[in-house]
Amino acid sequence: MDARTTIEQVVRASYGRLVAFLAARSRDVAAAEDALAEAFQAALVAWPRTGVPEIPEAWLLVTARRRLIDAARHARVHAEAEPSLLAAAAEAQEMIESELEFPDERLKLLFVCAHPAIDPNVHTPLMLQTVLGLDAARIAAAFLVQPAAMGQRLSRAKAKIRDARVAFELPLAADLQHRLDAVLGAIYAAYGTGWEDVNGADRRHSSLAGEAIELGRLLLLMMPDEPEVKGLLALMLHCAARCAARRSANGKYVPLTEQDTALWSRPLIEEAEQLLRAAERAGRIGRYQLEAAIQSAHAGRARTGRTDWESIALLYEGLVSRAPGIGALVGRAAAIAEARDAATAWSSLQVIPAESVTSYQPYWALAAHLLKRMGQTAKSADAYHRAIGLSEDSALRAFLTAQMPAMP
Amino acid sequence: MNYTLLIYENSAGFDLRNTPDAAARQAYWGGFMAYTKALQDAGVMVAGAGLQATPTATTLRMRNGKRHVQDGPYADTKEQLGGYYVINVADLDAALEWAARIPAAPGSAIEVRPNLMPPG
Repeated sequence: MDARTTIEQVVRASYGRLVAFLAARSRDVAAAEDALAEAFQAALVAWPRTGVPEIPEAWLLVTARRRLIDAARHARVHAEAEPSLLAAAAEAQEMIESELEFPDERLKLLFVCAHPAIDPNVHTPLMLQTVLGLDAARIAAAFLVQPAAMGQRLSRAKAKIRDARVAFELPLAADLQHRLDAVLGAIYAAYGTGWEDVNGADRRHSSLAGEAIELGRLLLLMMPDEPEVKGLLALMLHCAARCAARRSANGKYVPLTEQDTALWSRPLIEEAEQLLRAAERAGRIGRYQLEAAIQSAHAGRARTGRTDWESIALLYEGLVSRAPGIGALVGRAAAIAEARDAATAWSSLQVIPAESVTSYQPYWALAAHLLKRMGQTAKSADAYHRAIGLSEDSALRAFLTAQMPAMP
Repeated sequence: MNYTLLIYENSAGFDLRNTPDAAARQAYWGGFMAYTKALQDAGVMVAGAGLQATPTATTLRMRNGKRHVQDGPYADTKEQLGGYYVINVADLDAALEWAARIPAAPGSAIEVRPNLMPPG
């Protein structure tokens, strides 16, 4: 990680802490963000040059307060939020001046972003914006949504938090697991979908992978005892470790099983393995630990030179019984094809309803591969065409085209 | 809801259609054939066409009741309309997802627009 990225992360961390602090007191996320927006941008420009100030939050707050007072004078902030925001800013200032450690309430903010009262489709964008300060246009591009529409969805969600008075507090023990699932799900969605275990599958939305890992690390910092938090971070780190191996020197797509393991990042793999081992010690298995264990098994090829497909197929069984999503079902079939044979894999795919895969590229990439191995040339070519047509990436299209069976 | 995906390609994109590089030519045509098939198989394809290059275009304008006929495309821009698809999908998000899969050459732009509904 270069110095600039490190500084950007410090800016984002201080920004997120201040947004959480101000919003928890005013309940107005949009007003808190608005007040801090200029200070945040100024810090992104200044700190890489001047270095990080001793108390980053104080720097941001001084810059932000001027704007807050100015905005209040011009009635640009929501009338109800104005006094409480100013009071919160004053309170923050006092805490900083008395040299108390500035409280980190970002965990409350994460739980608010993934609150059941908020549309699940907005959970991830809301986290990326309020906790990390990403702008709506960047989020919209990553999720392939019109920027204006993304802006509206975010504004609506923030208005709901304010008007419905969504509480900035940690869920009670009885609710915790359910509420934590929503937070984990939102971070997982930022990482990107797509199942690398299937040769020729399209990975999507990975342009936010770095931010997702940042959120995962933040969550772990604040919930160090939750095994699924460790599982999710381990999963993302295992996938991130292979970044350099996914394309050849001349830009060609390289499937997971053919990647040069020397190009995998050892420090990231080691960190992921440690997290996964620590998670397992808690004795509470969950879907993210299972997914991380699957990636850990793939990582094992760097040591042993072979992929243990039997173990991977078994882990997928566990995953499917807990979280039977299409991705897991397709991943399971891909593992069965390697551990046993294509026909068994093909029959395991039949549980997926046809209407749910009409535009799901990894399914067609796998179906094409299985049909080819089963000698069904015409059907296989048909599935290859469909997989190619559903791919977003030209390197992937070229790979799948090269895999197509020659017609007799 | 019907959406039209307008594919604007630059000259390098248009050149791929009959480039002497057989692999690049096949990738271009094969990509569009596969994409069209994926639209059909998913049941969202309404219509579509590839357009011949802009030197074949003729533009007709009406000015003060007079016809003006001119060689070439309507506007002389770097990217030109190379083809279009009309698809029937639930919403703009779904239309953008299909637009992202169009195998157009690098440097192309895809404009996505909802089709006009007759009033009433």
